[in-house]
Amino acid sequence: MSEAPESMTLKVRISLPESVAANDIVEVKTLVSHPMESGFRLNGMGEGIPRNILSRFFVTYRGEMIFETIFGPGVAANPYIAFSLRATESGEVRFLWEQQNGEVTEVVRQLAVL
Amino acid sequence: MTSRRLSLMLLFALVHIMSPAVAELNYEPSAELSSEPGPEPSPESRSTAQTKAQTKAKQGYDYQSSDVQSLQDDEFSNPGMLWVDEGRELFAQPAGADGQACLDCHQQPAGMAAYYPRINPRLNKLVGLTGQVQICRETHQNATPIAYESRTALALTAYLAFLSRGEPFQPVAESLQADLGQGRDYYYQRKGQLNLSCAECHEQNAGQYLRGDLVSQGQSTGYPIYRLEWQTLGSLHRRFRSCDIGVRAEPYGLGSDAYTRLELYLRSRSQPLPISAPAVRK
Repeated sequence: MSEAPESMTLKVRISLPESVAANDIVEVKTLVSHPMESGFRLNGMGEGIPRNILSRFFVTYRGEMIFETIFGPGVAANPYIAFSLRATESGEVRFLWEQQNGEVTEVVRQLAVL
Repeated sequence: MTSRRLSLMLLFALVHIMSPAVAELNYEPSAELSSEPGPEPSPESRSTAQTKAQTKAKQGYDYQSSDVQSLQDDEFSNPGMLWVDEGRELFAQPAGADGQACLDCHQQPAGMAAYYPRINPRLNKLVGLTGQVQICRETHQNATPIAYESRTALALTAYLAFLSRGEPFQPVAESLQADLGQGRDYYYQRKGQLNLSCAECHEQNAGQYLRGDLVSQGQSTGYPIYRLEWQTLGSLHRRFRSCDIGVRAEPYGLGSDAYTRLELYLRSRSQPLPISAPAVRK
């Protein structure tokens, strides 16, 4: 259980409309590729498979944190997270996935409010 | 006496007509009732046994619960789409010493997956889609070989199968009859400590419960699949290995000839089902 998992590039899918009417509530859906290895499983040789999970996912809208979730080892692989967002003004939406080793994958999307 | 037997026969004939399933359940008691050499098993009950093998082809999708089905239907949240996305990138990305991408040769990759397994003319050997990706990788791109169940191989095959979505597999060519026959033999060969063949579950008992799950027809049109139990995308050959291990038989290797022939035989059984990869299964 010693060696740290090598760094990975995460594949990300985000569903966010490019433009919405002001004060509309939109559902934002995200899917990220990650093994979410719990650290409790054994490999074929009976050795422990090191834990390798995402520790945190959070979203900022115009610089303000609007959604955050902390992952534990019980979360299934390739976490799917959906949440609602009230579109107030046009701006940046940043999606950040933080791995247990602190590595952060960031995706930025523009949301235009009409 | 004769009139009583006649009415009994009539009753059972009626039940046979109304529901073949009930007819099968009732067949034994009816034999017990007529102690003398009674009426022959009615033609209806015999024909149900015969048509079992020719039942309509059904996707594995139809045996899943509605939540798993909706996960597959939603093109955004279907986790298999992560591999499709990655495959689309890899397909266009140069790899190996020659700096060639798959796309440089294969400009029209849509529909390709429906033709596999097929004979690779250079090796004169039956190869599946994954096998062909491996061969291209090594010989045409001069890149480092990729393992059968590697992320790269799964991503590329998922992408190619996704591009063939909606169309059925091509009928198996005349020249492949020998391989097809061996695949069929494998399908009907009893094996393992449980002494079961593929047909025992997927032909004779499709639609029945095996503990908490419905046994499917074992159709291959959804592969590679995202299996919730695996927590990842997996190939058809991985599924074959799981089945072989399940009946406590010695499994063959991923990409082995035996499995590739079985894959070919499943393809011949899948008509007219459309390819639906990447499917989601429990």
